[in-house]
Amino acid sequence: MRTSDCIGLTGGVSPQSGRPILFWRLQRIFGFLAFNAKRNELSMSGSLTASIATNRFGLGARPGELAAASKDPKAWLAQQLKHTSNFAIKAKGLPTTRMAAEALSSYLDDLKAKTSRAAGKLAPEAQEEAILKPLKQLQDILVAEVEARTLRGMTAEASFAERLVLFWSNHFTVSANKAVTIPFAGVFEREVIRAGMTGTFADLLVASKRHPGMLLYLDQAQSMGPNSKAGHRREKGLNENLAREILELQTLGAQGGYTQADVTEFAKALTGWSLAGPRTKRLAPGADAGDFIFVARFHEPGARTLLGKRYSEAAEAQGEAILRDLANHPSTAQRIATKLARHFISDDPPAAAVETLAKSFRTRGGRLPALHETLISLEAAWQPEARKFKSPNEFFLSALRLTGLPKIERKGMVAAYGLLGQAPYQAPSPEGWPDDAASWAGPDAVIKRVEWAQALSDRLGSKIRPEDMTRAALGPAVSARTVQSIVRAESASQGLTLALMSPEFQRR
Amino acid sequence: MTHPLMTRRAALIAGGAVFLAGSAGALTVSKQSGERKFLLVILRGAMDGLAAAAPYGDAHYRAARGKLALAPPGEAGGVLPLTEGFGLHPDLAFLHERWKGGELAILPACASPYRERSHFDGQDVLETGAAEVFGASDGWLGRALGALPPGAKRDAVAISSALPLVLRGSASATSWAPSFAPSASEDTLNRLMDLYAGDTLLGPALAAAVETNAIASASGMDGMDSRRRRAGPGAYKGLAEVAGRLLSAEGGPAAAVLSFDGWDTHANQGAANGQLALRFAGLDAALSALKAGLGTHWTKTVVAVVTEFGRTVAENGTGGTDHGTGSTAFVLGGAVSGQKFAGDWPGLAPKALFECRDLAPANDLRSIFMAVLQDHWGLDRSLIGQTVFPDAAGVRAVPGLVRA
Repeated sequence: MRTSDCIGLTGGVSPQSGRPILFWRLQRIFGFLAFNAKRNELSMSGSLTASIATNRFGLGARPGELAAASKDPKAWLAQQLKHTSNFAIKAKGLPTTRMAAEALSSYLDDLKAKTSRAAGKLAPEAQEEAILKPLKQLQDILVAEVEARTLRGMTAEASFAERLVLFWSNHFTVSANKAVTIPFAGVFEREVIRAGMTGTFADLLVASKRHPGMLLYLDQAQSMGPNSKAGHRREKGLNENLAREILELQTLGAQGGYTQADVTEFAKALTGWSLAGPRTKRLAPGADAGDFIFVARFHEPGARTLLGKRYSEAAEAQGEAILRDLANHPSTAQRIATKLARHFISDDPPAAAVETLAKSFRTRGGRLPALHETLISLEAAWQPEARKFKSPNEFFLSALRLTGLPKIERKGMVAAYGLLGQAPYQAPSPEGWPDDAASWAGPDAVIKRVEWAQALSDRLGSKIRPEDMTRAALGPAVSARTVQSIVRAESASQGLTLALMSPEFQRR
Repeated sequence: MTHPLMTRRAALIAGGAVFLAGSAGALTVSKQSGERKFLLVILRGAMDGLAAAAPYGDAHYRAARGKLALAPPGEAGGVLPLTEGFGLHPDLAFLHERWKGGELAILPACASPYRERSHFDGQDVLETGAAEVFGASDGWLGRALGALPPGAKRDAVAISSALPLVLRGSASATSWAPSFAPSASEDTLNRLMDLYAGDTLLGPALAAAVETNAIASASGMDGMDSRRRRAGPGAYKGLAEVAGRLLSAEGGPAAAVLSFDGWDTHANQGAANGQLALRFAGLDAALSALKAGLGTHWTKTVVAVVTEFGRTVAENGTGGTDHGTGSTAFVLGGAVSGQKFAGDWPGLAPKALFECRDLAPANDLRSIFMAVLQDHWGLDRSLIGQTVFPDAAGVRAVPGLVRA
């Protein structure tokens, strides 16, 4: 078992020897190093602004990136916003929304067949097995999505664009922590979030509500008006989850000035927003699996009143009119501006920076490229002191970018995400992942980072030059104290662990 | 309406007088000796309290709950009988044993002071102990630990990677979760401690982690394999085992916080069987494992099981329930004076409901937290009022909840 094939190494890193137990564990975590790290060439150290551009706005500098950004760091960031290709992922083998919907249908059919036959006959363990096996098909889709996004994060040249995708994907969280959303979480990000990065917030808000991932995650697909045709006949009815989370998390915010009555009215307006599946053939003839459909039989008839305004539109137009008004509400501008400033500047961002962003949002029609350009222009975002503690995902990707590794393998990637505590597409709630140091810098979380950094460093062996790698990634932002600590390390591997865990690399 | 619980409540209040007389002086000192453990279990997502402890004898219960109503004791899928008219969900068998053994008290129709319906804000208020959202930046348990007198055991651990809000504000709180990676080299940790000398975020975090790791490794848990941990209710038990072993270890902490996710049952929650029932079974197994893990420490332990708010009384359109207000809390342990309800029952009559939809929040959750701090840990009552719950002027500790 102790061969280099087993641990996924094909290059010149010498396998660990003489430590069988450690080796076995490392194999689980670091089986993913598909190639030896390309020897990092010491690049020009670059300016501090280039270091901020690549590390604070981007996902961390790869070898040579500081030099590329040094000519004009702000222009280097701004040009990333213009091209849709900087946001898109075109990887082979990833499903379209329709394919994801078909995978879900086949999973549900499979599950039904297996559990109905099994009912009462099988032992509890066998029943669990019958449920878990079909689930594996869906999980394979998720792992492929995680792998594609990880690879993009590790290698992207336009990593500011990638950071923005992660920010907005988190704002419109569709978590795979429900079985039915597992196949959709990744494709939702690719087909809705990435595709929406050059448009307006309002369009993104509406598009995200029309995707099966969101409709299923927040229980919208089956919500029916109490006085709708279908609601009359069946014992089904209104579900206010999606309406509430749109108001609370995606637009106005909990303190944005709405009431329980507004939630209920909004939920009624959204009734009928659903997706096509095997059981909707009669309701929406011609629609393919996973297509957005408006089911008139589910829709609550009549006008709705929300935040004091009356909406007398018919059918689907009613919900869309409300969504567009919410997108343009000043509370929404304030909430988005605060979240964006918190993400890129500090946990407690300066009010002036928030106001500048909010004003851009309000006066430029919620156009995302304009908002993101405003972010680049903020003086507060260029202060030398790095005040944001990296999330586990940011730490993971920036560490891999520093090493210059071109590729990963699945098993180790999944294990590492689990260890570090932030598995992609699996945020714990519709609020998404937290964005403050207090949530991520707990004692256990810090020591798990040390464990992972140590295991990564050990796998890279003794041929690395941690001081050069750190200077190439951080430029002048690395402190003399950290350099001294790296230089004095007992081994190159320990030096890299110290570099990755240094206060400046843990922050951005 | 007169309900059996009302008279029970009256008896409790009468008992309070005895307690007040003894609360000063010697009693306070005696509480400091021995290792009195407290474990807080937070059910995140808003647990349906009416499904946990069902008021099946309430005249409006069956009509109000519809398909979610549980059958009376003795019938198929029926509740486990408590006091007259109330029963535990059939999957809470361990809790029922504790009730019969006098080690479980129930706070019905309870809530934090929060009256809106956002999970995140609701958990914020539950954990800060303040009267409103963002009323404090640290947690009530963190502040309480900080207020304990010198010499008292005042450390705490959260079984999670991140430190939950409820424990923030205490210098001696840490977090711990099982790991499958090789542990970090001691030499590297020492060098990092040196590198973090001026870092107020990373320095204390690493120091706390190193200390907790030492305890965990002394109690044989450093080899725990978290790859086998399952998500959802299946994971509750493993986390509770870890908590039990950490608390009962030599030099183990005085308090622990566990969080169990997955209680936001908007669709198909089921009644005697179904998604919510699976969660109750997981919770019940976890509490049973906790008692086993604590061993002899169980006799001096109080466990509080709470959630951020309840769910609608009526079923929603998709076989689930939406965000509500009043829920149910459990207080159990060898140090609990149980087999009783520790608060009022507002009833399920349409007029009695909060905003015409939710179980009314008749009892403040902080009344049980106060009882734990005051009677279990002997924290001075005025100190609790000043530093732990400064916004809780009208709230009184539940009398007689903890065995003297």
